[in-house]
Amino acid sequence: MADSPRTAVIDYGMGNIHSVSKALEATGHRVAIVCDPGELAAFSPSHLVLPGVGAFGEGKARLEAGGWICILEEWIRNDRPFLGICLGMQLLFETSQEFGTHRGLSLFQGEVVPFDPGRSKVPQIGWNEVVRKIDHPLWTGLPEAPNLYFVHSYRVRTPDIEIVLGETDYQGPYPSMVGRGKVAAVQFHPEKSQTAGLRLLENFGGF
Amino acid sequence: MLKKRIIPCLDMKGGRVVKGIRFESLIDAGDPVETAALYDRMGADELCFLDIGASVENRGTLFEIVEKTASRVFLPLTVGGGIRSTEEIRKALNAGADKVSLNSAALARPEILTEGALRFGAQCIVLAVDVKRDGNSWRVYSHGGTRPTGHDALEWIVEGARRGAGEILLTSMDRDGTKQGYDTELIRAVSRAVDIPLVASGGAGSLEDFAQAFEAGADAALAASLFHFGTVDLRELRRHLIWRGFPVRPPMDIPSLGDSHG
Repeated sequence: MADSPRTAVIDYGMGNIHSVSKALEATGHRVAIVCDPGELAAFSPSHLVLPGVGAFGEGKARLEAGGWICILEEWIRNDRPFLGICLGMQLLFETSQEFGTHRGLSLFQGEVVPFDPGRSKVPQIGWNEVVRKIDHPLWTGLPEAPNLYFVHSYRVRTPDIEIVLGETDYQGPYPSMVGRGKVAAVQFHPEKSQTAGLRLLENFGGF
Repeated sequence: MLKKRIIPCLDMKGGRVVKGIRFESLIDAGDPVETAALYDRMGADELCFLDIGASVENRGTLFEIVEKTASRVFLPLTVGGGIRSTEEIRKALNAGADKVSLNSAALARPEILTEGALRFGAQCIVLAVDVKRDGNSWRVYSHGGTRPTGHDALEWIVEGARRGAGEILLTSMDRDGTKQGYDTELIRAVSRAVDIPLVASGGAGSLEDFAQAFEAGADAALAASLFHFGTVDLRELRRHLIWRGFPVRPPMDIPSLGDSHG
């Protein structure tokens, strides 16, 4: 398709990106995995995806070492289509308490805090509901509270309720889907969430 | 609310799906990628690939199959059998696996749990434990259940969680292949001992067996032949569990997207 989104997936060494790129391809994206800013420029994408699984501090350090910080800041400030997934969501916030205090990209207000292993099992692994809080193009064709697949030990806390598109309840409600304009991020794994996840990736392609 | 998970397991040998009755008398019954795609359409919550020949015959697992599956099927995949090093964990994750299960390798060198957790995160390190009842306790077996070890099951599981495992895949060898139900006493004991997610395996024979496993404290229940030979239908199982009051995904969350992709 001539009008299909050209989507770059940033590979900064934080976890499996095979599934993300395959799921994007399955939902109409033309995908390139980019390992450095040069490859990004050469591909000239319309859409950008920051995936990631692993520790916050290491993720931030790898983005810095790879020269990604300025690019991400500019991309997001210009309100170009962006999707952060899992660690790629958490990195957009101000600070994290994972293995010491780390600074994130501060593109959204808020912090990343651990679940309490005294209250329920950590990590949260499995399917949980994302309850719609604010309507947004990402929600197109999805039910009010679809089940999506989560794997994480830390979660976002934000004072900015205007970015909270969806909430999930694990040790109380927390933001699991955030966004402003064409910039969105999700704590769950759409690439592992069967039809609901694929629908969301397709919706992202329409940004 | 976090849902209880239903996990079909594809036992594999030589690149084909098999199912052992008590780990023996294997029946060749299918192509793994096609089987995975079928389970995906039926609404499995996750899939588990176990290369049951790997540990015994000392060869690596079939990452190619994982890669083919992960290109077609968009649900969580656990891969196990013969994975011995962080390098092999990395290969499995790069092929599209979300979690790697370690059994004999962790018994031989428990440090691999910590190394894997530090490098890739505890969430993708599953400690698989095959146990057999021994009086009032359970004993751990290695190499696909063929070799007894000196480990007490509860002690080993607690140690594994402390070393970095993010999930326990617990197989009762006494129940495996019997269809007499999961060993709920074992599930209770383990779920009291650790606070990481617990996947129960071995013995599922009916819809109610899954309810019993969840009641005993399992976060997920795994079965192979039961689903594989169509004894239990996943949709029917979900309806039963919802009726029994357990949080599970509804049989059809949203309609399939059909042919609009790909």
